[in-house]
Amino acid sequence: MDEGQEAPPADTERKSGLSTHAEVAPRALFEPIRIAAVGIFMGVFALWIVLPPVVVRSIAAPLLIGGAGVALGAWAIRDGARRAGWGAVASGLIGMIGGVVITRASADNLSAVVTWSTLVSLTLAFTTPLLFAALGGMFSERSGVVNIGLEGMMLMGAFFGAWGADKTNGWVGGLAIGILAGALLALVHAYFSIHLRTDQIISGTAVNFLAFGITGYIFNDIWGGSGGISGGGVPPLPAVPNINLDFLGSIPPHELGTFLKDSLTDLNLLTIAAFALVPITYVIMFKTALGLRIRSCGEHPRAADTVGIDVYVVRYASVVTSGALAACGGAWISIGYVHTFSEQQTAGRGYIALAALIFGNWRPFGVLGATLLFGFASALSPQLENVVTWANYGYLFSALPYLITLIAVAGVIGRSIPPAAVGRPYKKQ
Amino acid sequence: MTEAPTPHETGQEPEPQPLGFAARFHVWQRAGGIAVPLLTTVFAFFMGGLVVLAVSHKNPLETYREIFNGSGLNWFGSFCSSSGTATSIPCVATTNLQQTLIQFTVLALTGLAVAFAFRCGMFNIGGQGQYIVGTLAAVWLGTSLSGLPPAIHVLLCIVGAALAGALWAGIAGFLKAAVGAHEVITTIMLNYIAVWTASYLISGPLQDPASENAAPISKQIDAGAQLPVIWDQDLNGGIHLPQGLHMGVFIALGALVLYWVVLNRTTLGYAVRAVGFNPEAARYGGISVSRNYFLAMAISGAFAGLAGSMDILGWQFRLDLTSVSSTGYSQIAFIGIAVALLGRNTAGGVFLAAMLFAALKTGTSTRNLDPTVFKPELANNLTQLIQGLVVLFVGADVLILYLWTKGKKLRLPTRKGSPV
Repeated sequence: MDEGQEAPPADTERKSGLSTHAEVAPRALFEPIRIAAVGIFMGVFALWIVLPPVVVRSIAAPLLIGGAGVALGAWAIRDGARRAGWGAVASGLIGMIGGVVITRASADNLSAVVTWSTLVSLTLAFTTPLLFAALGGMFSERSGVVNIGLEGMMLMGAFFGAWGADKTNGWVGGLAIGILAGALLALVHAYFSIHLRTDQIISGTAVNFLAFGITGYIFNDIWGGSGGISGGGVPPLPAVPNINLDFLGSIPPHELGTFLKDSLTDLNLLTIAAFALVPITYVIMFKTALGLRIRSCGEHPRAADTVGIDVYVVRYASVVTSGALAACGGAWISIGYVHTFSEQQTAGRGYIALAALIFGNWRPFGVLGATLLFGFASALSPQLENVVTWANYGYLFSALPYLITLIAVAGVIGRSIPPAAVGRPYKKQ
Repeated sequence: MTEAPTPHETGQEPEPQPLGFAARFHVWQRAGGIAVPLLTTVFAFFMGGLVVLAVSHKNPLETYREIFNGSGLNWFGSFCSSSGTATSIPCVATTNLQQTLIQFTVLALTGLAVAFAFRCGMFNIGGQGQYIVGTLAAVWLGTSLSGLPPAIHVLLCIVGAALAGALWAGIAGFLKAAVGAHEVITTIMLNYIAVWTASYLISGPLQDPASENAAPISKQIDAGAQLPVIWDQDLNGGIHLPQGLHMGVFIALGALVLYWVVLNRTTLGYAVRAVGFNPEAARYGGISVSRNYFLAMAISGAFAGLAGSMDILGWQFRLDLTSVSSTGYSQIAFIGIAVALLGRNTAGGVFLAAMLFAALKTGTSTRNLDPTVFKPELANNLTQLIQGLVVLFVGADVLILYLWTKGKKLRLPTRKGSPV
């Protein structure tokens, strides 16, 4: 078996973590990775046809189409594309099971929950903070420092973003102060885990506690408690503006234009920034010398040191960058979306971002896919509340991102492989 | 800092390994004794005091005295009649002390849950999830097995909760043993899966349909499944103040003893510690590393599950959404991390650290603080702050070691010369 040679470019690059360029191989029509892609698509398609607006009511359709997805996945696995192949099998199975379950639900309930334009706009919104934090976490972890503290850094961004927006009376000042606060907390994490060589997980946990304490303390002190026990509560905050995209409505055909307009209208500036950050991060991380340095510090710090890279400087810069980006995500929550602040507002999103980073295999576009999936899972739960008897299923969908990540870490659907030296303190000689 | 080159550096240089938890722990133990955690605590309180002074412009000493009085620890100094008459109010110090001991019960157990895994070289950050699974098991068994004799019913609930916690943590232990998945990642994921599954169960299968509560709430467990109250205040002829101290405090003390015995006097404990010191050496010595990873994680989970059952069977009796939510008051298992670290993963240390945090938690609760001395809403966050500082500085053993060993000429060894 010469699996190594036939492995798809993506896998080759992943195995040798330091290669800057993906191998460009000519692709045959029946290359396993393409078969797997079609299989994944079949699984999604099986789900799509039973949902509005199509609403096929027969259980045979999702079973057949999903089954085809599973078969294609099996074919792809046999031909060597293991990771994508298992993905296709999973997608096909989800399509089959989900399709059968959905055909048994009433059509009225389905149309109450599944409004695609709403789902898309909610997904984009919920993806934003995750994307910021996960891309930030990628800088930190690619340079070799585990960042459990993303949650705390987001919280700093959320609170100090709100505080700064109030003090400077503008969202730009708020965002800047929020980013600064997140970067400062990251600096604490960096100092303890790089210089003092504290266990990085303990340091990250401590940083989270600190952020809870600091933000909760100051919040209660100046804005008088979550219930406004002794003060006037949070004043109206200047908001990060939404970008009006109504012109999309004129794109023909009419249905497409309306759909685009409904789902993308009033896109927040930070949402656009988050998505723009994905290709930017990709270029920085995989196409520049800087990215190579960051990754070499995460894979083999001693080697990086030998060729003259200052491991400490690179790690400090990466961790502080991750704090700044996570704080952006936090600031989006407080001054971009809900326009207020409440205690522990981030509510575990930093940990979801960490999960997305792992599930996305420490790669920008992988992270994008993971955060979109997790954002969609979060978008489903408010939609499910439209049907009273389904409201509590939203909780199960909220658990889904973590379950998927657990499965990914366990290596059932392809292993997630972290940077080789992540979590290890480096001692200069 | 320049170091004298070791013989290793002349030839093929081995990659420096980080010190394992247990190895650090060992050095630390030798270097600092009990003084390091004490210094850390004093320092954390000092920093907290600075925040009180700088941000709120309040007198930190008065604030801390108020918190101390609120913790009920002043009970030992002042006389307090526990059997009041119709006109006297119930004794506040007694109530507070009971609350502190109730908190101590849970914190000691969640602290042990972190500590046991630590001794095997693992960081169990998933105590919260294991705790929640324990509460779910306790509620489910406590509401469904009606008609059993009380003693058996309580026992079944406790055992069931411990098993549930063990199973939940066992998933992480199994994944670590089987495929090498890092336990920090898996336990964080299991935390949130537990949070959301519990939310689903409370607003679904376990919900009390008869409750008039707006938010979903579970059914109340049978009276027979509740832990006996051993110290409460009799107000006036048969009327008892609710939430007296329950039996659980003895279970927590028993667990502390059990922890010491298992770690220090059994083969299992020996194996667990050996793996914690150095997995490679343990493997070479014929100890199954993967088996011990799984067992240590499961035992850790059992402690956390037990903690969950103590809260349910002791005073909560039912579950609501806020007590399982990821932002709710019940971040109790995360405080367990601070307890284990400050207690340096020893039974005695966990006892003292759990007492400290329990007192802090009760003392800073809203009802115990005089608003003229310190804003009550702030106090809970002060606890968080102190907790964060404690973890940060306890974790920074290199810093503390450096300061400590300046006079002793003791150097932190690298893995090459790590202590055996």
